[in-house]
Amino acid sequence: MEIINLTIDNKPVVVKKGTTVLEAATSIGIHIPTLCYMKLEDLNIENRPGGCRVCVVEVKGRRNLAPACCTEATEGMEVNTHSIRAINARRTVMELILSDHPADCLVCPKSGNCDLQNMAHRMGIREIHYKGEQSSYRKDTSPAIIRDIDKCIMCRRCEMMCNEVQTVGVLSAINRGFNSVVAPAFEMNLDHSVCTYCGQCVAVCPTGALTEVDETGAVIRALSDPSKTVIVQTAPAVRAALGEEFGMEAGTLVTGKLVAALRRLGFDYVFDTDFAADLTIMEEGAELLNRLTRHLQGDPNVKLPILTSCCPAWVKFFEHQFPDLKDVPSTARSPQQMFGSIAKSYFAQQLGVRREDLVVVSIMPCVAKKYERGRDEFSVNNNPDVDYAITTRELAALIKISNIEFRALPNEEFDKPLGESTGAGVIFGTTGGVIEAAVRTAYEVYTGKELPRIDFHELRGMEGLRHATIDFNGLPLNIGIAHGLGNARRLLEDVRSGKSRFHAIEIMSCPGGCIGGGGQPYHHGNSEILVKRQQAIYREDSNKTIRKSHENPYIKKLYAEFLGAPLSEKSHHLLHTEYFDRTK
Amino acid sequence: MPKIKLADSTVQTIREICKKYDNKEGELINVLHNVQEKLGYLPAEVQEVIALELNMSVAKVYGVVTFYSFFTMIPQGEYPISICMGTACYVRGAEQVLNEFKRQLKVEVGQTTPDGRFSLSCLRCVGACGLAPVVMVGDKVFGRVAPQQVKDIIAEYHEGCPHEAKSA
Amino acid sequence: MSDYNMQILICGGTGCKASESEEIRNVFNDLLGEYLLEDEVQVVTTGCFGFCEKGPIIKVLPDNTFYVHVTPADVDEIIREHLVKGRQVERLLYRDPHSHEVIHDSKGMDFYKKQIRIALRNCGFIDPENIEEYIARDGYLALGRCLSEMTPEGVIDEIKKSGLRGRGGAGFPTGLKWEITSRSVADQKYVVCNADEGDPGAFMDRSILEGDPHSVIEAMTICGYCIGADKGLVYIRAEYPLAIQRLKVALDQARAYGLLGRNILGSTFGFDIELRYGAGAFVCGEETALIHSMEGSRGEPTVKPPFPAESGYLGKPTNVNNVETFANIPVIINKGAAWFSAIGTEKSKGTKVFALAGKINNVGLIEVPMGTTLREVVFDIGGGIKGGKKFKSVQTGGPSGGMLTTASLDTPIDYENLQAAGTMMGSGGMIVMDEDDCMVAIAKYYLEFTLEESCGKCTPCRIGNKRLFEILEKITAGNGKEEDIDKLRMLSHVIKDASLCGLGQSSPNPVLSTLAHFEDEYLAHIKQGRCPAGKCKALLKYVVVEDKCTGCTLCFRTCPVGAITGERRAPHFIDQALCIKCGICFEKCKFDAIELA
Repeated sequence: MEIINLTIDNKPVVVKKGTTVLEAATSIGIHIPTLCYMKLEDLNIENRPGGCRVCVVEVKGRRNLAPACCTEATEGMEVNTHSIRAINARRTVMELILSDHPADCLVCPKSGNCDLQNMAHRMGIREIHYKGEQSSYRKDTSPAIIRDIDKCIMCRRCEMMCNEVQTVGVLSAINRGFNSVVAPAFEMNLDHSVCTYCGQCVAVCPTGALTEVDETGAVIRALSDPSKTVIVQTAPAVRAALGEEFGMEAGTLVTGKLVAALRRLGFDYVFDTDFAADLTIMEEGAELLNRLTRHLQGDPNVKLPILTSCCPAWVKFFEHQFPDLKDVPSTARSPQQMFGSIAKSYFAQQLGVRREDLVVVSIMPCVAKKYERGRDEFSVNNNPDVDYAITTRELAALIKISNIEFRALPNEEFDKPLGESTGAGVIFGTTGGVIEAAVRTAYEVYTGKELPRIDFHELRGMEGLRHATIDFNGLPLNIGIAHGLGNARRLLEDVRSGKSRFHAIEIMSCPGGCIGGGGQPYHHGNSEILVKRQQAIYREDSNKTIRKSHENPYIKKLYAEFLGAPLSEKSHHLLHTEYFDRTK
Repeated sequence: MPKIKLADSTVQTIREICKKYDNKEGELINVLHNVQEKLGYLPAEVQEVIALELNMSVAKVYGVVTFYSFFTMIPQGEYPISICMGTACYVRGAEQVLNEFKRQLKVEVGQTTPDGRFSLSCLRCVGACGLAPVVMVGDKVFGRVAPQQVKDIIAEYHEGCPHEAKSA
Repeated sequence: MSDYNMQILICGGTGCKASESEEIRNVFNDLLGEYLLEDEVQVVTTGCFGFCEKGPIIKVLPDNTFYVHVTPADVDEIIREHLVKGRQVERLLYRDPHSHEVIHDSKGMDFYKKQIRIALRNCGFIDPENIEEYIARDGYLALGRCLSEMTPEGVIDEIKKSGLRGRGGAGFPTGLKWEITSRSVADQKYVVCNADEGDPGAFMDRSILEGDPHSVIEAMTICGYCIGADKGLVYIRAEYPLAIQRLKVALDQARAYGLLGRNILGSTFGFDIELRYGAGAFVCGEETALIHSMEGSRGEPTVKPPFPAESGYLGKPTNVNNVETFANIPVIINKGAAWFSAIGTEKSKGTKVFALAGKINNVGLIEVPMGTTLREVVFDIGGGIKGGKKFKSVQTGGPSGGMLTTASLDTPIDYENLQAAGTMMGSGGMIVMDEDDCMVAIAKYYLEFTLEESCGKCTPCRIGNKRLFEILEKITAGNGKEEDIDKLRMLSHVIKDASLCGLGQSSPNPVLSTLAHFEDEYLAHIKQGRCPAGKCKALLKYVVVEDKCTGCTLCFRTCPVGAITGERRAPHFIDQALCIKCGICFEKCKFDAIELA
């Protein structure tokens, strides 16, 4: 390994060859500002167009200033990050960006969480010396994402996520010069495009150009309507991230406080999507075993591998990009929709409330869930199974609006019956979790034996594509895992060409799985946060007394009292769905 | 943008052009050149076919089309008028000539007259600096054009115009 | 050629073609048949003669007669008098503008006297669509020598010794560039010729490709041999149809003669060339942007390093040179590095082609030794300022360059001196300005160009240039403030210092340069609301001088917007609200009764 010696602000620093000036500076505690640059180390995701020029520094002997993010450290280099020349250039660049940016910070949905705002604050910008024409575009509101690209600063992070990581290809830089901006083809609305609403563009946008549709107002109105019974479900990944919005360390589990907060907000019942996750495992696991058995019996019509179907962005992705494979994924609805469906049938019956008077709110780490809840097939007589889906961030906003001191809340328990869940349901929140939960149940159902171990470490991790073979009592079950739609595409292409050797594949659209969802607290480019959330999820799992979905007593009760058995006619009606070819 | 329905033969033409370039994404610019040469412009529907054939996102195709000034999504007029705005022409009064064209045709640069007869554009140096300022109508070059001649140049192409005149 | 007694060379450059040179050729072909001379006289369409001002030009060989401003109607007389009777057509001959004497041979014209033609050696002398004519003038001799007598290292060494530097603008030593690419290890390398000439007012590369395409093909092949590439690409502007057509013809001929393809000239070396088309983006002159464009993407530049020499087209080592640079190569091999490096100045060797245009008598394409002074170019070769006006400045380097003023008239032109004077060599546009040109408006003109051509990737270029332009707009509209001068300077320096690529890094040069030399003009706009050159419309006001107005109604009749009213034989009046300041009334008035207030 070649070693490079250089000085930054007169401090000597030793780095290995290939290190950038930015990384070298960071290693000795000098934090050069950046905007377009973003590196999610643990996920192998990098955005480094060298475009914003906010990180320029002075390098002795160099004619012009150097962008620290994409200038490699060289032997004997003398870098000055705070010479008057560098500071003046950085501040001018910042002023230029602000001169073409609406100054509506006070009412911007990104206020307080905006990288651009933080940078202006950090650089002490007090006046914009160069004023002039500002870019103006049509605002685009879709079922899940709002594009207000007057606020686009051309960092290209969203474009990189949409094209390189997700391979969805909805966004591209268009036009040129002052008129350039990132937009869909023909500047069409997102809901006319092949957008999956995965929300990764929202997750990385450093400004308020891309945000989620805000449903908090509607939730507040429902809560204050005395004629409605309002119940809430919270997805597994929410509890591993919500604390960040209140200044808590990343990876802090806040399940009990979350429940307490929701109760204080006025929800009549506080339930857990994990319950529905357990239900998903019952259905999806049964479907896997059914297909597997038929396959082993030599049925040529059986489709393998089975693909998980919990992730709405993933579902929309294959409906657009692989419609020919639409009968390959499991027909099981996602946990959010299973919950809604059971809540508005079984639970409404129990309460003796009409479905129209029951309002189901879900708290999701995801923006695509907003789109999913609105899909036609998930409503009965125009009454949706899930009425509102708000993100982790929106929940935090609700809590703040309602004057609840989150950190001081006691730990409380979910309500019964739809609040009871197992460790298997919890791990749905991370990549590898759905398939591990499925294996825990399918193994015992298939072999009739108790699992010798519950933790399948071979299925865990942050690698974008993983695979493992699990011994099902002599039957080697090949399992594939992909997170990020680009990785999913690679597995799908193998399925399409018949090369796939997997029996089951888990797919989550967001890097890291739901813990890295588009509706989670912003990671601001720090992927360590996602790793900590993942660890928290597994911690929650191991703290649970029941860790297999089929052992959830309320799931057993639900089948006994209402559904009959997995894949029963009632299950099919309430818990399964169909997919559509969206190329037409 | 009003949707247009492409004729099957047009789709076939586009497909053949893409095939000529092995349906390779890297050949996008060549494909766009060829298709525009055949069809005159590159409307959204055409870009969609190209994206499909080259197996790339239509956003990327649009990103490329809008980057290069040579590509247009608007049909050109029967007589495309280009005013050279190269420096040599500029210092010899090209801007005044351009303004006169705008005034006479009542269109801005990049637009086509409502009757589809004339479209107006600027170009950078046709290499005929000795004739500056230069105006091109289709392939025909008009040299040393003065604003006063603009009317005559337009009239030359305007059939049935009462003051039909020949240019110098 | 020897079969014919006489040759008619007709300039087929774009300028002359625009003035009907093709029609002249057709008439020649028709009439030569009628005069039964088709076996005696050969008609050849050549590349640009350079003297565009006098186009269309035809030359008669062997006596080297140079006819200017020829029209199709003149052909019959030329045949009748010159070809048949051996008498020159006096009225079509060039006359020296000072002595008014007839000059028969181009060698005697001031325009050509101080030129040395290396890159343009064949332009105007050969039929670019006939490889034999290129070969007859030592064409492909250099390639033959390289392949049979020289090692790649030897060739690179010769180029290095010649001191040749990139003619595209920045002036990077060509031999060194080749050497770096030759040292990159890869299974595939590429030679790229940058023919995306985009400077407004420059047509050097186009003329070379139109007039002598084989010189570029030969040089690219030599480059391929040196760096270890078997594939070449010419990235050419789609707006250059004639150059494209001639290049295609030349490529086919070279292949047919075994000068491209496998085992060139019996060696083990193989090389071929493809064309790639630009689509109207000036930034694609920047080599990384050019490469992305060739790959089918938006032509956005990327940060260097990596340089194309390490990772270029499709990620492979790529050597990019411009047309004029390549055109010099065969001559250097044939005549030797010592011969070449004897021409020019200490650090700038050889010649440079300039497109001389603007307010000058002799517009055209010229090639002069490095070190020629601006005065020689403007007043000797260029024949001075048009219409007897006063010389003000020369703009070089296009939108990346700046102004040379009277103070620089005696400065020898080379890379270093131009840079020291606050401008740059650029690709070779040379626009002459006179007293009627407003320097603020010119800066604005270039900024507007940059604004349109900025790719939009980096902030300083995308937004900074927009703000610069807006300040200039304010000043030319009469709304400038004194502090704007400081703002222009400060912002310009940041844009230069912090932009991603060469386009942004040089885009404020026209502003800085005009500010350096003509700050007083800026101040006149700002403080007195006056445009000294009378160019900035918002600051102009045409008024009728009542004492002088005879009421002839000429202005009334010529005003295109009906802004002038008045009775016959009574003083007229200009309605300022309607006036578009076109200046037609001012020009037409025979009594000087309209003046600029």
